[in-house]
Amino acid sequence: MAEQSEAKQDQPSYEPRIVAFCCNWCSYAGADLAGTTRLQYPPNVRIVRVMCSGRVDPAFVLKAFSLGADGVIVAGCHPSDCHYINGNEKTATRGDFLSEFLEETGIEPERFRVEWIAGSEGQKFAKVIRGMVSDLEKLGPIAQEGA
Amino acid sequence: MPENTSTEKEKPRIGVFICHCGSNIGGFVDVKAVTEYASTLPDVAYAADNLYTCAEDGLNNIKDSIKEHNLDRVIVSSCTPRTHAPLFQRTCEAAGVNKYMFTFVNIREHCSWVHMKEKEKATQKAKDLVRMGVARARFLEPQEETKVDVTPTALVVGGGVSGMTAALSLANMGFPVHLVEKDEELGGFVKNLHGLMMTTKSANETIKPLIDKVNAHKNITQHLNSHVASVEGFIGNYDISIGGDGAEAKEVKVGTIIVATGAVPLVPEGLFGYKEHPNVITSTEFEELCNKKELPKLKSVAFIQCVGARGQKVSYCSRVCCNVAIKSAINIAENRDNMLGVTEEKAAETGEVVEEPAAEKKAEEEGSDRRRRRRGRGRGDEDEAGEEAAPSSGVEVTVFNRDVMSYGVEHELEFNKAREKRVKFVRYLPDNLPKVSVKDGKLEVGYFHETLKMERTMPVDLVILSTPLVAQPDAATLSQLLKVPLGQDGFFQEAHVKLRPVDFATDGVYVCGTCRGPADISEAVSQAAAAASRASIPLANGFVQAEALTSIVDETKCTGCGTCVETCPYSALRKNEEGITEVIVAACKGCGCCGATCPEGAITMTHYTDQQLLAEAKAALEEV
Repeated sequence: MAEQSEAKQDQPSYEPRIVAFCCNWCSYAGADLAGTTRLQYPPNVRIVRVMCSGRVDPAFVLKAFSLGADGVIVAGCHPSDCHYINGNEKTATRGDFLSEFLEETGIEPERFRVEWIAGSEGQKFAKVIRGMVSDLEKLGPIAQEGA
Repeated sequence: MPENTSTEKEKPRIGVFICHCGSNIGGFVDVKAVTEYASTLPDVAYAADNLYTCAEDGLNNIKDSIKEHNLDRVIVSSCTPRTHAPLFQRTCEAAGVNKYMFTFVNIREHCSWVHMKEKEKATQKAKDLVRMGVARARFLEPQEETKVDVTPTALVVGGGVSGMTAALSLANMGFPVHLVEKDEELGGFVKNLHGLMMTTKSANETIKPLIDKVNAHKNITQHLNSHVASVEGFIGNYDISIGGDGAEAKEVKVGTIIVATGAVPLVPEGLFGYKEHPNVITSTEFEELCNKKELPKLKSVAFIQCVGARGQKVSYCSRVCCNVAIKSAINIAENRDNMLGVTEEKAAETGEVVEEPAAEKKAEEEGSDRRRRRRGRGRGDEDEAGEEAAPSSGVEVTVFNRDVMSYGVEHELEFNKAREKRVKFVRYLPDNLPKVSVKDGKLEVGYFHETLKMERTMPVDLVILSTPLVAQPDAATLSQLLKVPLGQDGFFQEAHVKLRPVDFATDGVYVCGTCRGPADISEAVSQAAAAASRASIPLANGFVQAEALTSIVDETKCTGCGTCVETCPYSALRKNEEGITEVIVAACKGCGCCGATCPEGAITMTHYTDQQLLAEAKAALEEV
């Protein structure tokens, strides 16, 4: 803990940049609901809308990191509630693989999240973004790794 | 970093329309600044702000600008595509721009409304979001929506009340229907029942007109003793093989399919002395005994509700059993149609002449002034009420229940009627179930009286166990053939419980009746009519239009590994004779799972290409 807060003090404050791939039917709708209910969350996320979280090629996530994203989220419908029957099951499998891969290659696992957010979960969307921003603030920018 | 996307194609001309949405966006984002910024982005030929882009003024501004500035793609930066994309797409099409050349940027739900206290950062985010939209728009391609012809014939699986109702509705609309029933006759679960709720007619009398109409209808082809053996194809063009017992399979072509395979009652193995004592039966067996007029001599009958349901063998409430028990309890109490076979005996004993029609008339009269009398009883006018409502069968009827689910106006009245007939409703809690046992050769129910906190015993002649309806044991087979899902309880699962209650997520397949979950007859009939109505839409149109969100396989890159074929939730990909994957466009729903899976990068998702999505992500991360 002490180390972390020290590290945080050393780093200049920065605005983490998050790319979120959200499925059209649940998680994008969840983000919409956060808006209609006026839930406030930090303005650090940029949503890329896809029809299904199963559309998100693991290469997209890696590409986003290589382009400078400090964090990447892939968000889909809850298990067994996928608009495309079971597209999110593929997301889950790829997510596990990606997390392992990132960790093995020295990228902190906190930088990548797979989240299930329903169209009715505006609260959860806002919470996920708040949580991730706070995690990434502690971690610092991605480009500083190993510097 | 300007990328020259195309040398052979004309340079894109993008129009960006940024909405104030009154003060919803304008109050928290500097819309003028965003508009100014948009006009500096690559390939943006025109940028404007509107007070309300979705109002007539705003829409006209889009149409006029398309002509004036020769725009070939349009971005609206306002609310959410989930509600407003169709409106702006139609506007584009009206002005000659293909609807797939439209991009939505959400700066209200995803920006102004969630960053209301930081205008500067919200404005910066809105600029970023517009930049992402422009990056995407530059790679858009016009798309043609494909039309697929529909075979104007339907398949209905299941010849019970739901299936017959659905088949008849479609047949009456003029469509040929193939009706597949696994039994040797129509009628389903209901044909084995004796009495139904809220009617004095027997079950068979009630459904006979329906069966007669189905039998007589020239548009309905019945396949009895049959089952669906195989299903190939997609909405509009299904090839169905119908197998029969020992008979040769019949091949039929249909456009849409309705699943109405019904449910079966749970067999309460090992519960409440079932199968241990002969006079412990299920409510379905009770109906059968009534039909055969083989009820034992009765003085006292106990119903036990929720046997195996609500957290025991199954998790759910079966909806219909309380009303069924109430119906049967009233019938026993009234000795309807001399179901107990005691009329003559009783007449001989008492010298009283019992006339059935008179008894019924009396029941109706009682119904009409029920309220008055109930009020009377409330005032303590116990004797009068008791006299009037004396049970005519002299049989004690007790319903052991966790809580009575007699939902709706009619069923609530039936519940009241049962109480007036002196049917007793005794509550039990799930952690203190009634116990059925035999003492000195006599059946008895032991229970815990929840009000007096006291163990009690009641001698009974017959125990009727109300067991839930459960999924057909072969539901999984049909679900696999049709590629439609079952829920966790094994019933067929609709696309959306509220908004699409009789559709499956897969186009062209619909569901109704108890195969979807427990339902009574009136509910099953409503669902069947709804499913028939939904299934008739493609048949009546004669074609289906597929959204141009599909996958395209590059044959030169495909190695035929088959990963995508396994991945597709809709079986919309198959290997052709050369072992290369091909897309069945009408079956593809455009989720893109295959595109993300292909190891060769041979699959392109139209309108959500890798290029478009990565351009958007890249623009999101550009330093400005």
